[in-house]
Amino acid sequence: MPGKLKAKIVAGRHLPVMDRASDLTDAFVEVKFGNTTFKTDVFPKSLNPQWNSEWFKFEVDDEDLQDEPLQITVLDHDTYSANDAIGKVYIDIDPLLYSEAASVISGWFPIYDTIHGIRGEINVLVKVELFNDLNRFRQSSCGVKFFCTTSIPKGYRAAIVHGFVEELVVNEDPEYQWIDRIRTPRASNEARQRLIFLMSGELQRKIGLKVLEMGGNAVVGYLQCFDLEGESGLVVRAIGTACTLEKLSSGSSTHTHPNTAPASNACNSPSKDGKESPLAHGCRSTHNSPVHSACSSQRLSQNFSVSVPTLIFTGMGSGSMGKDAGPLKTLLRQQTQTALEQREFPFFTLTSFPSGFLLHVGGVVSARSVKLLDRIHNPDEPETRDAWWEEIRQEIKSHAKALGCHAVVGYSENTNICEEVCILSASGTAAILNPRYMREGCLDIAGSDHRFEDPSPSSCGFCHIPYDELNMPFPAQLTYCFHCRRQKVPDVLFTTIDLPSDAAIAGKGCFIQARLCRLKKKAQGEVNATAISNLLPFMEYELHTQLMNKLKLRSMNALFGLSIQISVGENMLLGLASATGVYLTALPAPGGIQIAGKTPGDLNNEQHIMNIQKRINDTIAKNKELYEVNPPELTEEVVGSPIPEPRHRSRLFRSHSESSDELSELDLSHGKKDAFVLEVDDTDAVEDIHSLLTDAPPPKGFHSCNTETMPGIYNWTSALQMFTSVRVLRLSNANLTNQALNKIFTDLCENLLKSFYFKLRSMVPCCLSHLNFSVAVPEEELIQVAVTAVAMTFDKDQTQEKPAEKPIMKGCSEGEEQLQFPLELCADSSSVNSQSSSRISGVPESSSLSTRAASVDYGSFADRCSTWLELLRLKAHTIRRGSVKTSRRTQSLAHSVSSLEHSSPITEGRSRLLRSSRSFGGSSVSVVKMTPLSFLPGTRIVKYLGIINMFFIRETTSLREEGGVSGFLHSFVAEVFAMVRAHVAALGGNAVVSYSMKDCVLMENPNKNQCQCLINVSGDAVIYIRETDLEAIASTVGLSSTNSDGAT
Amino acid sequence: MAVELDVFVGNTIIMSEEVYQLWLDGYTVNDAVKVRMDGGALDEFEANADVVQSDTMDQYRTFQMCERLLHSPTKLANQLLFQIPPHRQATLIERYYAFDDGFVREVLGKKLSKGTKKDLDDISAKTGVMLKSCRRQFDNFKRVFKVVEELKGPLVENIRQHFLLSDKLARDYAAIVFFANNRFETGKRKLQYLTFQDLAFCAGQLINNWTVGAVDNMVEDMDVDLDKEFLQELKELKVLITDKDLLDQHKSLVCTALRGKTKAFNEMEANFKNLSRGLVNIATKLTNTKDVRDFFIDLVEKFIEPCRSDRWTAADMKLYLTHYTNSAHILDTFKHQVVWDRYMGVIKSCIFKMYHD
Repeated sequence: MPGKLKAKIVAGRHLPVMDRASDLTDAFVEVKFGNTTFKTDVFPKSLNPQWNSEWFKFEVDDEDLQDEPLQITVLDHDTYSANDAIGKVYIDIDPLLYSEAASVISGWFPIYDTIHGIRGEINVLVKVELFNDLNRFRQSSCGVKFFCTTSIPKGYRAAIVHGFVEELVVNEDPEYQWIDRIRTPRASNEARQRLIFLMSGELQRKIGLKVLEMGGNAVVGYLQCFDLEGESGLVVRAIGTACTLEKLSSGSSTHTHPNTAPASNACNSPSKDGKESPLAHGCRSTHNSPVHSACSSQRLSQNFSVSVPTLIFTGMGSGSMGKDAGPLKTLLRQQTQTALEQREFPFFTLTSFPSGFLLHVGGVVSARSVKLLDRIHNPDEPETRDAWWEEIRQEIKSHAKALGCHAVVGYSENTNICEEVCILSASGTAAILNPRYMREGCLDIAGSDHRFEDPSPSSCGFCHIPYDELNMPFPAQLTYCFHCRRQKVPDVLFTTIDLPSDAAIAGKGCFIQARLCRLKKKAQGEVNATAISNLLPFMEYELHTQLMNKLKLRSMNALFGLSIQISVGENMLLGLASATGVYLTALPAPGGIQIAGKTPGDLNNEQHIMNIQKRINDTIAKNKELYEVNPPELTEEVVGSPIPEPRHRSRLFRSHSESSDELSELDLSHGKKDAFVLEVDDTDAVEDIHSLLTDAPPPKGFHSCNTETMPGIYNWTSALQMFTSVRVLRLSNANLTNQALNKIFTDLCENLLKSFYFKLRSMVPCCLSHLNFSVAVPEEELIQVAVTAVAMTFDKDQTQEKPAEKPIMKGCSEGEEQLQFPLELCADSSSVNSQSSSRISGVPESSSLSTRAASVDYGSFADRCSTWLELLRLKAHTIRRGSVKTSRRTQSLAHSVSSLEHSSPITEGRSRLLRSSRSFGGSSVSVVKMTPLSFLPGTRIVKYLGIINMFFIRETTSLREEGGVSGFLHSFVAEVFAMVRAHVAALGGNAVVSYSMKDCVLMENPNKNQCQCLINVSGDAVIYIRETDLEAIASTVGLSSTNSDGAT
Repeated sequence: MAVELDVFVGNTIIMSEEVYQLWLDGYTVNDAVKVRMDGGALDEFEANADVVQSDTMDQYRTFQMCERLLHSPTKLANQLLFQIPPHRQATLIERYYAFDDGFVREVLGKKLSKGTKKDLDDISAKTGVMLKSCRRQFDNFKRVFKVVEELKGPLVENIRQHFLLSDKLARDYAAIVFFANNRFETGKRKLQYLTFQDLAFCAGQLINNWTVGAVDNMVEDMDVDLDKEFLQELKELKVLITDKDLLDQHKSLVCTALRGKTKAFNEMEANFKNLSRGLVNIATKLTNTKDVRDFFIDLVEKFIEPCRSDRWTAADMKLYLTHYTNSAHILDTFKHQVVWDRYMGVIKSCIFKMYHD
């Protein structure tokens, strides 16, 4: 009996009137866990009952503790008829199962009914006593921590990143069981809610087991999704990155070197944290095989490529039919031999990494596959779905390999279901991770030195191409890196990850979106699936074209956080690609866009083209100013480096323009920069150009991005407003053309953005971060767009100062405190340089900071592998160096820590902070902040309390009375927020980070006055402390840590 | 092509005070959009009509959902559905319970019943306050009335605690409740010149001096009902006008004091007996509920109007009433000094307040 769950029902308030005669309620409570149920006494005639019950005790297996929610039902006692249910509360007790997190759940929970919504509140106390069970051959995985956050959580460092974990469970959907015909909607909804709670509990437990098997203790970047497959079942699946996390605190000082302290100071920046060391298993094996040789020998000219060396996309045939998907069959289908075991995928759901972890980024890899749900042989078993995903992941892996990369970062998976057709999609960013981390891995767990001898300049290193220049996977324009001049870089870079915090950028980032609608004939079964899979590649192609053009129009050269969503409806497909554009100074400046007419000589036409060209050029110039894109031209002159080879004109897309003289005529202002050529040869093209120009820039004072941090803005102030917005559009008539549809869809998205700006205008200057759009076609002629994002204010004055120094400095968001340290080490790193005989890069003058980073250039993978021995030698150096340097390091540490003040008094201060946070948390439970980001500006997260993963169904049969669909959904979303906040507050937390709304499925039937909606949300419950509150503590902590470090 | 659904929900409530006021004033969404656009909303942040429409809809829905909570403001603080910063809560409540002076003047002293509610459209037409807003205000009065009716303790304090209102607003509500409970007649043409603030001031005087609560502060309805014993005692004041000696003595004392100090002296002297009879008669009749209702009309008819027709200035009025009150103390056969002071204190300040055009 490994656990005892105890629950106490304290009181209720604001209960609804259940007895019309007396205007009162005789309430009592049922507490259920597993199959055991307890009841409180009836508290007669009160809307604010005080039950003050005894402790109800459940003795259960820890397996059940993980799977089951605690189910609390509030009822109205009725002497003569059946008791009426008022509502329910489901409490996930998982957060109580690991030692560091919450110890008690206590607070007011909204009593929720699927028909009436929130009906009063109930105060509950829950505790768990876990018995230490030494026989750990169990099915449970208590103690494995889960984080939705897609970076290493604040206050932790990753000792080992084990790699990809995934799991999938299937069950019959209660809504489709025969019994649903005779039970009430309420019973059916509750059955569904409970089942999903159970399934996600089971899923987490199973993933936890896998993590334990790998030797890890946590899952980071945990992403759980539901697939409502209808008749064939209900799937809950999850992916994540298994890690061994260590808490950065005084308690763990036995593990940590004294010199981890400066590293932990890096926590100051949202995306950069602690540090990470070696990867294990999967990744290591990837690395062991000389992957690059495989791809270099097999690069084929038949590659279907999109002119930009970044996006590789495929549409696979509808798997169940085994048919080809048009021209894409040949796409990247090399039989790359790998030494990898089948089940191991070098995938990481993380989107931001400790510096030095990410070496090179190849580009976006994605795979899609169309499946027929009614062809699943054994719908109740997960095998078929497992196989489907396996297939997709293999595909992704081979794409990554084709790009010369051994890993995929920023990996995510999703599905889209329409009737019996299901599109599975996966995407990520092919990357090369620092091999040293993988190799040293288990040897040096503390791994504290690696950051100081970072091999490649981190401000540009990740831009360097990982693939072989001579055998490029696609035609691309390569130039020497504008930063270090040593390595080749592509002209454009697309990724699904966040901008590395130390990347060198110019100006600010901006939100870029490509939208597309394609009509499709209504069809059934295989015909339908084929039609869809035939359309997919064209959609991706078009989306990509749009993204590319919009990027150029903003005079930027890289996209981060790219996510492409394709949604199927009965008669159309919707594609939405969102990303954050940025100007990477390491990459060449983007050329302009040129317009070419197909029919020279036609004066009218030429005039027209001239006009368009002028508008485009004006827009580019305006955007440059707007986003403050002023790349430092200096570097070109200062660095006496190889002159970039002459670039060829990149010709683009549908254009096959031959008349070069005509082009030169039109070449108005872009001088030596090469331009994109858009040919105005048909209405499509005209429309495209128009759509390019219709995107309105955000109004003054607003910025927007879909990544964690806004490139170019560093000085956040603390105000923030998380919001969810949903809009559904009904297309009035059936005879719409693709163009008209596109326009409608584009307007829908643009208007949403405009609405946000207007509604949040009081927050200016402000940035909409993590704009997460999701599209759906809930039924024929309906388009649904749901957005969750956060608006954050920032200090305007400082941003204006910063760019002056930033472009040359690194674009890292942390302040100087971190930098002092490396500078002092400068002498040492240069000595390493001279000793290692591998390729040495000079210290780039342009970046004073890269001194610490500039030692060995790992730019080319081939080189790296050929200099295997050097690597080993280098490692030896590292160790030696580490030991010699201890004394110096502590000195400088004293420096940096004492100058820290308001950054991060982590190590020694941690325990103190926690203590103070407890009292703090107690006083401010009432306000719970929510954000889709992993951090809260101006605050420090001091404790992660556990994952919040909730699923709610709401249904109404009086839609009109509730204010129509909008009124219904408005209150439901508000209720969901309220329940999330209540759970967080009950855990003792005061914020939810990495919040996301995974699903929002709305089904309406206005004729019957009915509507049903399902919402799934998740996030990490945390305790934060305001940085201003910290300052007082910080100075004292600074002192104490200095002292203690000096002692070591 | 039509927007089927459009919602925007923030973790913290999103509202603009301008839209809230439009909602409170009873504007429909479309009218509110029009007002906002005319007010220059379009110039901000590149908004267009759709954007303003959508924003207005969202806020209206939010307010509608909040309305239930606003009916018992204490719930607003500990409800979980909306996260509302404390200062926003205060604004929401204060504005929700705010009322139009024009409207309240119409219902002041009327029974807060269904019958009155039916007349609201007439009042709406008369005052120019939208019917929806009239209903809200009327319901607010009724709600406050119902809650404090059954409570012990000081009226203003009760209102403030139960409805979390500012001191000023709580006092106004106390006045409204007091008027409604005693059904003071305020609607007569002769009283039309009085503003709500005049009457609220008088109500405050009555509450503080003439109610049960003025002597004992822990009884039910203490601030709503007039002190019966006191009203009974007022009958004793009759001696001031029935005893001829006393009346003459009083007159001569007052006239001596006033002589030469005011231009209106002659009129004062001539009218003394009339005026004194008027005031004392009001006092002695207050045991009758009917006469309590006519308290204000009596004050105007019996005292203010005669003075006004004699063109007394406000200063004259003050001078006269002060001496009138004080002189009674010197009358050696007049034994009811305490009751007299309690009565005249209120009468004096009420008349001061009410004596204007």
